[in-house]
Amino acid sequence: MKVETLKEGDSLILLTEGRVDGTNAVDFQSAMENAIQGNDQPVILDFENLSYISSAGLRAILVVAKSLQRQNVNFAVCSLVDSVKEVFVISGFDRIIPIHDSQEAAIDSFGG
Amino acid sequence: MRDSYKILVVDDEPDLQPLMLQRMRRQIRSGRYSFVFAHNGVEALEVLHQEDDIDMVVSDINMPQMDGLTLLEQIPKVDPNIRSVIISAYGDMKNIRTAMNRGAFDFVTKPLDFNDLRITIDRTLAHLIEWRKALESRDQLVALQNELSVASGMQQSILPTIFPDGPDFKSFASMEPARNVGGDFYDFMSLNDGKVGLAIADVSGKGVPAALFMMSSRTLLKGSAIGNLEPGATLKEVNDLLCEDNDAMMFVTLFYAVYDPETGAVSYANGGHNAPVIIHADGSYTVLPMTGGIALGVMPDFEFDQDSITLLPGDTLVLYTDGVTEAMNEDGEEYGMDRLCEVLSAAPSIQAQDISDTIFESIREFAGEAPQSDDITCLTLHRSEVDA
Repeated sequence: MKVETLKEGDSLILLTEGRVDGTNAVDFQSAMENAIQGNDQPVILDFENLSYISSAGLRAILVVAKSLQRQNVNFAVCSLVDSVKEVFVISGFDRIIPIHDSQEAAIDSFGG
Repeated sequence: MRDSYKILVVDDEPDLQPLMLQRMRRQIRSGRYSFVFAHNGVEALEVLHQEDDIDMVVSDINMPQMDGLTLLEQIPKVDPNIRSVIISAYGDMKNIRTAMNRGAFDFVTKPLDFNDLRITIDRTLAHLIEWRKALESRDQLVALQNELSVASGMQQSILPTIFPDGPDFKSFASMEPARNVGGDFYDFMSLNDGKVGLAIADVSGKGVPAALFMMSSRTLLKGSAIGNLEPGATLKEVNDLLCEDNDAMMFVTLFYAVYDPETGAVSYANGGHNAPVIIHADGSYTVLPMTGGIALGVMPDFEFDQDSITLLPGDTLVLYTDGVTEAMNEDGEEYGMDRLCEVLSAAPSIQAQDISDTIFESIREFAGEAPQSDDITCLTLHRSEVDA
């Protein structure tokens, strides 16, 4: 699992790569938290290169999403592969966390 | 570890003492249980102060002088490591909920079923043993690995090992724990009118906090289920209770169904869990449609819809966790839903346990030497073919 940070316009993109499961969910969470520390720009988790996520990974995302929500910072997840998307859909987390097909769609959803 | 436990029973009903001693005589004779009695909360506290070797308390709620709910608040001040079980009126979710909030470990309902009470006491004691291990490991600051083994002991202690059956149905469940992580559990509940509650769940996170979250999920579900035959309303109630004080953002995916052996009807609600499968006698199968729910513990006030389906004679309902479908082989491929359905189609539709065994066998074969990364759990319920 690897998290790379880059800027796209006003948004902070966290490119996540590999697998997130019970063994590295804690590392995933700290990687996200480090990346968004002191940040007030919209945050997008780009999952194009994420092949697997377990419920422990979902929880890490939820913790980050809630903390961003408290700070009124926009948050979305984009470019999920089918198997990862399925995990969001089955657990119903697609109703809690905004999901988009691409970075552009996610940025558009923030309404500039 | 001791194998003899002292239990304080608190009830203002004078008949309970002789009845308890009579019904628990085998456990008393073998030396496993010993009992002391008190008739209200005040007396109970006196006993707790006098005798420092009491392991657990079984208490009624409504009593003169000091009721059971007040007593619950006082017990930890005497000894925080005593576990309590509350005796409540059937379906009295309000008091059960208060009792849970005040630290009760479990509850039994009136009229007392002594068999159920015995199982509940044993389960509570099993938890207590794990809890004491946890305390020891904390005291000694041993590695995380130990905490995980403690958590896994707690998980094992809540899983039923006796499965409901009837003249025309049998059920079975099994959990294969992963070494490090996991939080699967299952449960069966006897409900009104001979109906049976079935639950399978997967708690996020690991270690002792997740194990404790699993405990409260299970107990809240049991409490809600016995007072309510509607799975949707049950999930809503459990969800709202779990959402309170859940700063750690733990959650549980939970599928809950009520089976009616009279008709074969299964009403169910799905809280973000993998869709169960019904395998028919001819080898065809039906995947239960999702009900639009979400995992429990994260979104309060969510309304859970429910659906229903009927098990025909010869059908088997198969509940499972993602440890089944996401089991990996040595090439990193997932076991997957398609393979599961394929295996079920080919499985002999004889008995609940056979189908479960077939699934586990198939996963083992698929996984080969690949390590198991998540708990693998199956719960099956088979409706017998009508006798010719």
